[in-house]
Amino acid sequence: MTLDGFLKRHGGWLEAGPEEGPVISSRIRLARNLRETTFPGWASKEVRNRVWSEVLLAFDGVEDSKSFLRWRMDELSALDRELLFERHLISRELAERQTGSGVFVNEDECRAVMVNEEDHIRLQSLQPGLNLQKAWDIADELDNALEKSLSYAFSSKLGYLTACPSNVGTGLRASVMLHLPGLVLTEEIKPVINAVSKIGLAVRGLWGEGSEASGHMFQISNQITLGKPEAEIIAHLEQIVLEVIEHEKNARLRLMGKQEIRVHDHVGRAYGILANAALMTTGEALDLLSALRLGVDLGLLPNMVRREIDQLFIRIHPAHLQKEAGAALSPEERDIKRAQLIRKFLDGK
Amino acid sequence: MKCDLCDKEAVVHLTQVVNGEMKEVHLCEEHAVAQGIDINSPISITDILMGLSGPQKNIAHELSLACPRCGMAREEFRKTGRLGCPDCYKTFMAELTMAIKAMHHSGQHLGKIPSREGAQTRVKSKVARLQKELEAAIAREDFEKAAKLRDQIKKCREENVKDDEGGKS
Ligand SMILES: [Zn+2]
Ligand SMILES: [Zn+2]
Repeated sequence: MTLDGFLKRHGGWLEAGPEEGPVISSRIRLARNLRETTFPGWASKEVRNRVWSEVLLAFDGVEDSKSFLRWRMDELSALDRELLFERHLISRELAERQTGSGVFVNEDECRAVMVNEEDHIRLQSLQPGLNLQKAWDIADELDNALEKSLSYAFSSKLGYLTACPSNVGTGLRASVMLHLPGLVLTEEIKPVINAVSKIGLAVRGLWGEGSEASGHMFQISNQITLGKPEAEIIAHLEQIVLEVIEHEKNARLRLMGKQEIRVHDHVGRAYGILANAALMTTGEALDLLSALRLGVDLGLLPNMVRREIDQLFIRIHPAHLQKEAGAALSPEERDIKRAQLIRKFLDGK
Repeated sequence: MKCDLCDKEAVVHLTQVVNGEMKEVHLCEEHAVAQGIDINSPISITDILMGLSGPQKNIAHELSLACPRCGMAREEFRKTGRLGCPDCYKTFMAELTMAIKAMHHSGQHLGKIPSREGAQTRVKSKVARLQKELEAAIAREDFEKAAKLRDQIKKCREENVKDDEGGKS
């Protein structure tokens, strides 16, 4: 299958999942490196190419290796790299790397293995909704399969050795992607972000930073990777995420209790603009789609399905629009296409 | 907790390494911003450790040191906060140990172990885990549990020695 095949489908992690209202998806990422081998940022081209080959061979040990597609960054156009980034399959950092860097992605996009990013291997497992445990089980299994033929850099004291000491130990970054419009609209998001940051977790906007995050999408992840078993890191994150969800739900209840007319107005105006605008920037679209998604959650838009809106959140990005159009588009042409895409979606409702 | 520089409530709590010594820093929102810390974005602890640590005179004589496997010089590592290869952990052990403690509040891995690692690594890790439980038991004055854990640790160590001898013969 080619990259274009992605356009006709959505990632498996965009299916329905637990706590799917405020939660989009759960992700587990593991950093691994090969023993006695220079880290990608400091390695020669020869070493980076050798690492790519070793990982390629290691995939023989993965039971469903045939369901993985693979691309090397140096054989992809800038637009294709951007497409993978917009689908959360590779990082910005990998997209900008060349020799020996690449990615393995399984067909439902729930598993991806980046090679020669900051570390030799960055393995990720994505699940819809709040489901860190399942994401962990899948990542763990893939890690075990690759390890059958790879010799990882490991020390009994410091665990898995990584290029940056902030990842050392478990090499685990667990994160949950959350949609928190209730907390943003009630202006409670800042104290929540500050409180979560203080207990050793990181909060960042999925698109943009802090309380300015476009689309009201946030990612909460662990910072500490050493000194605790994986299960403990995951359980702690999950517990805090559940508390944030509780805050979000309460904020929504309060909005619907005291300010129901304002919520109707907020969602209705977003619908009105999305249904009629002829030019739409990415940032504006993300914020308006966020209002639509909130409207669906609150039962104000009975003809719409949350997952369709979640797909739009990805399809309105520049590389997706250009791949779909089959041509490079100027920023203004993209704004036109984006407005068209959304209008067409709402027409069918 | 109060801000280090004024009487307001501190909202930012950092651990910095200054002249090789760990130091806790507490700042209010205003003073954090004045120090150039963006309180809304999660701060990369490494950047703080490497960036704010300033001239570390006591280890200046080691500046010329480079990793024997990958050639990364200490200067380079301090500039980027990224290591050159897994062996750099041994080369730069002195300053890394402190930085890692400050970041993770721990210096001992308690998670997954690759299946290729030998039985000895496994035992070492098990002992480290039991040791942590033992400390927790003592802290909450659960001496019955502590005694059990102590015996378990002892048993683990003895078996490990036996395994070692078995391995050599
Ligand atoms: Zn102050
Ligand atoms: Zn090195």
